[in-house]
Amino acid sequence: MSVRRLAKDQPASFAFSAEALEQAQWWMAKFPQGRAQSAVIPLLWLVQKQEGWVPEPALRVVAEMLGMPVIRALEIATFYTMFQLSPVGTVAHVQLCGTTPCMLRGANALKTVLEARVGHRDHPSPDGRLSWEEVECLGACANAPMAAINDYYYEDLTPESLGGLLDDFAAGNAPPPGSSIGRTGCAPEGGPLSLTDLALYDCSRAKAIKLPNAPEKVLAS
Amino acid sequence: MIGMLEDKDRIFTNLYGLRAWRLEGARARGVWNGTAEMLSYSPEWVCDQIKASGLRGRGGAGFATGLKWTFMPKQESERPHYLVVNADESEPGTCKDREIMRGDPHRLIEGCLVASYAIRAHDCFIYIRGEYVREREHLEAALIEARAAKLIGKDNIHGWDCNIRVTHGGGAYICGDEMALLESLEGKKGQPRLKPPFPAGAGVYGCPTTVNNVESIAVAPEILRRGAEWFLGFGRPKNSGTKLMSASGHVNKPCVVEEAMSIPMRQLIDDHFGGVRGGWGNLKAVIPGGSSVRMIPAEEAEVALMDFDDLGARKSGLGTAAMIVMDKDCDIVAAIARLSYFYKHESCGQCTPCREGTGWMWRIMERMVTGEAEPKEIDMLLDVASQVEGHTICGLGDAAAWPIQGLFRHFRPEIEARIANYRTRRANVPGATLIAAE
Repeated sequence: MSVRRLAKDQPASFAFSAEALEQAQWWMAKFPQGRAQSAVIPLLWLVQKQEGWVPEPALRVVAEMLGMPVIRALEIATFYTMFQLSPVGTVAHVQLCGTTPCMLRGANALKTVLEARVGHRDHPSPDGRLSWEEVECLGACANAPMAAINDYYYEDLTPESLGGLLDDFAAGNAPPPGSSIGRTGCAPEGGPLSLTDLALYDCSRAKAIKLPNAPEKVLAS
Repeated sequence: MIGMLEDKDRIFTNLYGLRAWRLEGARARGVWNGTAEMLSYSPEWVCDQIKASGLRGRGGAGFATGLKWTFMPKQESERPHYLVVNADESEPGTCKDREIMRGDPHRLIEGCLVASYAIRAHDCFIYIRGEYVREREHLEAALIEARAAKLIGKDNIHGWDCNIRVTHGGGAYICGDEMALLESLEGKKGQPRLKPPFPAGAGVYGCPTTVNNVESIAVAPEILRRGAEWFLGFGRPKNSGTKLMSASGHVNKPCVVEEAMSIPMRQLIDDHFGGVRGGWGNLKAVIPGGSSVRMIPAEEAEVALMDFDDLGARKSGLGTAAMIVMDKDCDIVAAIARLSYFYKHESCGQCTPCREGTGWMWRIMERMVTGEAEPKEIDMLLDVASQVEGHTICGLGDAAAWPIQGLFRHFRPEIEARIANYRTRRANVPGATLIAAE
């Protein structure tokens, strides 16, 4: 388990923006009548998108919206590590994957870069613009080492390319996510070795077919 | 041809995201072809076909998918049936479901419809891990297209109302366990429930539920389209079909690839992943199935087959077929210690053996890395591991113990040498200074 506590300094209040409120209602409508609590994770995620982190007053607002005790919302916010319980960098928050597959391909060298450029983990840089943390496996292991910056995945990183990305973010840009060595998705470096047969893509598969093994007696429809 | 599988037999034709993933592109690649006919036969027929194909769950445990579907009640009652697709892919090394969701979302949605029909469910949730933002965007967009084209939803052209929705988690590995996932889906902490009752009896909201991995669901329609025998034709008996396999770590070209089950591990690594860094002779060990199985050393990797039974017989497992390859230049003890930290971090804290044991194991492992340990602590560590394994509600305790057990099964002398080295260097014995002074 990880130790997670609410930040000491909390804002006095929280309110959803009109747009976020609309999205919150869209999420709540996804679940059956009386099961609004199911939307608690998506709603807290909306809070985090709006504020950058999840402040304590937001837990009360979300709990009230969903008709659940505040303590249950607090449990969710502290249990799920994706929720930031204190403010993070305003232009970029780097979630560096440090689990074994990334570690084997050089995540530790990336940590050094982040320590030098951003500062200590889990603490925003002095100007408050950048921050970083080490997270557990983000599920892009064939593109290791990688980091999620803000929402999207930046893959196949090297100390140089990560430094370049940080420069870009610090300059106020949003560099395109994906591989930094030009790979397409999870294809091997240098281009795919499979799925090269063009017959797969010539619409021959879209022709009407009759299923094999159809039962002899078709159910009366 | 490289590997064992021809392109024409590959199911995930947009694995690399090089083609259009939207409805039109997916249709051109054969998705949504013949779906109406599949749903014109009985749910039993669908289950029988999947059973006959020998499809085993692709999420790691390898439970027969068709059989799981038949556990659902045969009649709908006032409690609706649910299909829950487990897209909470967080196993270290595993990155296959992600490629399905962003490259072939319609294949998954079609699978949801067919599987929902087979288990008589009108409601389906896809629970995707929170960090997969791009993947979620693709899925949501594909769902909107499918609803607009009346492929799913109310009064669709297939004649089976099916309300498919995407929801997401909050970055907890434990929610990949089906019982924890159900808790999380209900808006609670992801602490696994005890079984029984099994999800088919009382799952999400207390209703009959089937939980399946993304890949298991996504391959189902293609099996019906091409026939169970086609799928059965790949791999050894009881290990049939094709499977997404991936490699990370010390291979030259890590990637994800769809291959036939039972492909020799060495052929897979050499053909698809560009070989081991520094040549096959530089291989030290492979963890074959995501991190939660025991590793196998190079000698065994040479002859191992990528299937459930062969790797099981080697006291390892296929898991998700996501290999972590380690060569001789890496610090294998540090690699496993990092995994121990992962399990310590991700333990949900519900069962004492796991909550406390994962922390103990990690702390001892960290000292093993430097050798700053007593030789007898190795046995103590293995003792702790065996007391965590099998004594928890879900499999996380087992998963935390197995990598450590695998390490010591094959590389114990190496760690003993580390400990001996450390002690020699320090001369850390009572009276050492007196002995030195003499």
